[in-house]
Amino acid sequence: MKASAFAYHDPKTVQELNSLLGSLDNVRILAGGQSLMPMLNMRYAFPDHVIDINHIADLSGVAMTPAGLRIGAMTRQRIVREHPLVLEHAPVLAEALHWVGHVQTRSRGTIGGSLCHLDPAAEQPCIAALYDAVLHVAGPRGARDVAMRDWVLSYMTPNLEPDEALLGLTLPVWSGLQGQNVGHGFHEFARRHGDYAIVAAAALVSLDAGSVVRRASIALAGVDVRPVRLEAAEQALVGHVLDQGLIAKVSAMAAIIEMMEDAHITPAYRGRLAQTMTKRALTDALNRATGGRNV
Amino acid sequence: MSELDHAQTTRHIRVTVNGVQYERDVLTRTHLGDFLRQDLGLTGTHLGCEHGVCGACTIILDGQPIRSCLMLAVQADGAVIRTIEGLAQADGTLHPVQEAFWDKHGLQCGFCTPGMVTTLAAVLEADPTMDEVAIREAISGNICRCTGYETIVDAALQAASRMRGDH
Ligand SMILES: Cc1cc2nc3c(=O)[nH]c(=O)nc-3n(C[C@@H](O)[C@H](O)[C@H](O)COP(=O)(O)OP(=O)(O)OC[C@H]3O[C@@H](n4cnc5c(N)ncnc54)[C@H](O)[C@@H]3O)c2cc1C
Ligand code: FES
Ligand code: FES
Repeated sequence: MKASAFAYHDPKTVQELNSLLGSLDNVRILAGGQSLMPMLNMRYAFPDHVIDINHIADLSGVAMTPAGLRIGAMTRQRIVREHPLVLEHAPVLAEALHWVGHVQTRSRGTIGGSLCHLDPAAEQPCIAALYDAVLHVAGPRGARDVAMRDWVLSYMTPNLEPDEALLGLTLPVWSGLQGQNVGHGFHEFARRHGDYAIVAAAALVSLDAGSVVRRASIALAGVDVRPVRLEAAEQALVGHVLDQGLIAKVSAMAAIIEMMEDAHITPAYRGRLAQTMTKRALTDALNRATGGRNV
Repeated sequence: MSELDHAQTTRHIRVTVNGVQYERDVLTRTHLGDFLRQDLGLTGTHLGCEHGVCGACTIILDGQPIRSCLMLAVQADGAVIRTIEGLAQADGTLHPVQEAFWDKHGLQCGFCTPGMVTTLAAVLEADPTMDEVAIREAISGNICRCTGYETIVDAALQAASRMRGDH
């Protein structure tokens, strides 16, 4: 259980990070370490160079910008979960973080680390998909933005070149959030609290005064290698009055998408969970959007 | 593996652990739990799994409970750390969480205990109003194979009440 030897680097600026990434081979970036340290200790990963990004102050923080809520890659999950701007503009992210690991892992783990590690059941990429987040990437050859729908190339593989790093992401939050008519919900089922979900569902709805859906977003984690948006269900909501009947109808659409399979969980069971979690997430979203009037 | 020079695989660090300042040269690959146990001789911090699943290695780093097996010792340069050895006062007076574990029989073999006690000390010092649900969530990352958790939760509730000052 001891990591193999590596050279340790601790850049203080993004420029220093870029020049290290441009000059070194077989590199691993170390953020919160909550996924990388187990891989180093067990020697699943044996890099020659570890670049610790914990000292780059510019990579941490939450700010409201014209494009949305900008969150630095190194912002710790504990900070994101409690941040007033997150609670005001993207409370569904704070709610999802409640399910991520434990108090000790959230003290260190970062939102950017989760978006680069890309466990298929991870909650933070699911929220990034819910909002159509934009990911900000940089390397020695320049900076670029990547849409969340293009971020997951394959199983646990982000759209990053070996010499690139994730600097942060922007969530284009919905206007009027926490006002009259935007509601959110997040539900997941895991064997034990703090484990990765088997299936998680996140929902956002924007309702007009007559409870007619003007905009909807539903994202699932744990059903495929990447978070899945239920676009057909979103379309089936828009233009209709959101009530329990409609929720039951669109939640059933979550059960019929193609589900991944592993040694423990059958696709059929995943489908049942997807339906139930979607129903719960939409019900919370409805109740929050209507201030409980439609319970 | 290409040859790495000594300067890149070794670092000089300064840490404050339980009020005592230490300066050491460390191998950069050494995790903080091993550093505390092997370099500083503070073997109260237990290592159960060394890959983040058991919680036995929990310490309090700059006020936050963390898993010491999931952090490099070199990353603790400049940090203020409390371990299980530092919770009681110099005269032997136990921390309220330790005292409650004694009263409520919150341990059996004791392997998980340093992680349970440091986690609970950190979260209850920050918020002694925690109820049973919040306490169970706070120790959800700490595995105990002996107690069945009931006596640990009883101890935490007693400690919370003492720390709030109601008796
Ligand atoms: C007991 C336990 C339970 C957990 N439960 C959950 C859970 O329920 N849900 C969940 O989502 N996660 C869970 N996790 C994992 C979560 O805690 C991690 O925080 C997350 O997966 C990785 O974030 P990190 O900051 O720790 O990244 P690290 O471990 O430091 O890095 C992870 C990977 O991403 C790369 N990387 C990190 N940051 C960047 C960057 N800015 N640019 C480029 N590459 C980068 C690293 O090189 C590495 O390959 C759990 C972990 C533990 C130990
Ligand atoms: S030894 Fe660190 S979590 Fe098990
Ligand atoms: S007392 Fe034995 S593991 Fe908890």
